[in-house]
Amino acid sequence: MSDRLFGLTIIIVALGYIFGATLIQVPFLSDPVGSKSFPMIIGGVAILCALVVMIKPDEEPEWPDLATFGRLLLAVLVLAGYAFTIKPLAFIIPTALTAGLLSYQIRPRALPAAITGICLSIGLFFIFKYALGLGLFAFPRDWF
Amino acid sequence: METLSLLADGFAIALTPTTLMLAVAGCILGTIIGALPGLGPSNGVAILIPLAFSLGLDATASLVLMTSVYYGAMYGGRISSILLNIPGDEPALMTTLDGYPMAKAGRAADALVLSGVASFFGAFMATIGLILLAPLLSKIAFKFGPAEYFALYILAFSTLGGIASKNQAKAAIAACIGLGIAMIGLDNSSGLPRLTFGFLEIYDGVDFLVAIVGLFAVTEVFVFIESHGKNSAIGVKLGKISIPVKDILRCKWTMLRATVIGFIAGVLPGAGASLGSFMAYSAEKAVVKDNSQFGKGDPRGIAAPEAGNNAAAGGALIPMLTLGVPGSGTTAVLLALLMTLNITPGPTLFTDRPDVVWGLIASLLIANVVLLILNVPMVRFFVRILMVPPWVLLPGVTMVSFVGIYSLSGSTFDLLMMIGFGMMGFFLRKLDVPTVPIILGILLGSHMEDNLRRAMVISGGEWTYLFSSGIAIGLWIAAIVGFVAPMFLRGVIKRPQAITD
Repeated sequence: MSDRLFGLTIIIVALGYIFGATLIQVPFLSDPVGSKSFPMIIGGVAILCALVVMIKPDEEPEWPDLATFGRLLLAVLVLAGYAFTIKPLAFIIPTALTAGLLSYQIRPRALPAAITGICLSIGLFFIFKYALGLGLFAFPRDWF
Repeated sequence: METLSLLADGFAIALTPTTLMLAVAGCILGTIIGALPGLGPSNGVAILIPLAFSLGLDATASLVLMTSVYYGAMYGGRISSILLNIPGDEPALMTTLDGYPMAKAGRAADALVLSGVASFFGAFMATIGLILLAPLLSKIAFKFGPAEYFALYILAFSTLGGIASKNQAKAAIAACIGLGIAMIGLDNSSGLPRLTFGFLEIYDGVDFLVAIVGLFAVTEVFVFIESHGKNSAIGVKLGKISIPVKDILRCKWTMLRATVIGFIAGVLPGAGASLGSFMAYSAEKAVVKDNSQFGKGDPRGIAAPEAGNNAAAGGALIPMLTLGVPGSGTTAVLLALLMTLNITPGPTLFTDRPDVVWGLIASLLIANVVLLILNVPMVRFFVRILMVPPWVLLPGVTMVSFVGIYSLSGSTFDLLMMIGFGMMGFFLRKLDVPTVPIILGILLGSHMEDNLRRAMVISGGEWTYLFSSGIAIGLWIAAIVGFVAPMFLRGVIKRPQAITD
């Protein structure tokens, strides 16, 4: 079932991709292949292979249960939150929070996770800033 | 003799204090990366590329650093295979078969030393092979026109999909995903944007580093969260370290055979180190007279895959450097590094940038010696690093990957895209779709298209031009055989599963 769904997804995406390729602007006097052909060939091959996968699916993979999916979704949200906060809030605070939360998700014990987060954040900051010379800020500049 | 003088020039570059320091640092870092379960050579090198780039190292220096990490990771992979029965990286899977039983029988130290020596032997001989073979191959590669290059890219994808995966259709889909992503952005010849679907952020295309770090490192985090870090097996104690001279001498032919097999597997585009160690182990098991101890802690069962995978690691550099076609996942990542540094690998690399090539080769020889020292007398230090629990390691790896990508572009969009690639990698891994062809596709996509278009310009749109030379036809045949043959051999050759306790 999973493989069939996967195949179907690929076909839909590939069709969308081929449609996108038909919209590519081609300059006057282009080379024989042009900008459109290669993307369309790729889309075509993908559809062909997706059909093979749908006709001959592999064994069903072992999917995690709903609770685990919830945890994974949470991890994605935490990481996305990190992506949005690292610029405005500078390095230390978002990194400590994200590392701590991820650690908690791998092993749910609050205190070690918090310590891991704080130590990783501070340790990595010093490595990045002083050993590697990256232009990072520890805290937002207008805080102090 | 010309080779020797070039090599001497290489040593002149490699023996400068900075380069030497980078090689040693790379070796240490690499061994750690290889030893830690869940961090292999490909994702290890991947998360370090953005950092090496932000350090502002020149081309030779960063290449030396990264290939030392690469070689180091190949050495380090065996440590957790032997002590924990968890392969530190994929090529080290075969080492668990005899390494862990030998360690359980109280000979952990012997197994580590023997495998270290075998790794050294394989890697050293393969580097010599690289010195001899690469200049020759680069001379042949001068004869390559667009049609030949196009066929070569097809060959790389089809062998990668044919040999290295269980399902050809899925590997081909993965290659298409990668190629499809590579098309996004400005068209090389017309300069007009393509397939950006209205996102301004991807007018420059999708940065391959974002994709690589996402697919390799971020995916690993999700996998760990799913498994709750349960995969930690009970380790065995490491006794006093001595050198098992008898075992090493007994394995000398094993190492030689395994090195030759591994080297050949490495040179084939798309095959790589996993296949090298697998073939070396199977061949050794078939060749020796008494194979009853294989799987129960036979020293030859450790020496063969370790010599094999390290020889393959060296061999895989050959197609990467001379043709610009990587032979494995990690060399694909190294290719990404070269591209970031604005170096185009290929036959011209040997004539245009001899300093880079020969400096690299000399550093590899030095790195090997350093690695032997690190991995035999100092192995205890790396064993201690295995104690780092996943709930500290994985957040650390994630933070390093994020900061690496962030320091390159400073864009939130890239970070989000990286998370997206991580999610995609998780689902693809569940569905048993290999991710290396995606990387290869992203890296080679525009070259592949450019060569196809150039070939068609030359021939005036005549498709038969693609099959017009002997080399091109040979490559096409090899590609088809490489893709189709494994379907029939699947029943004969079975990949062994990791043994469980």
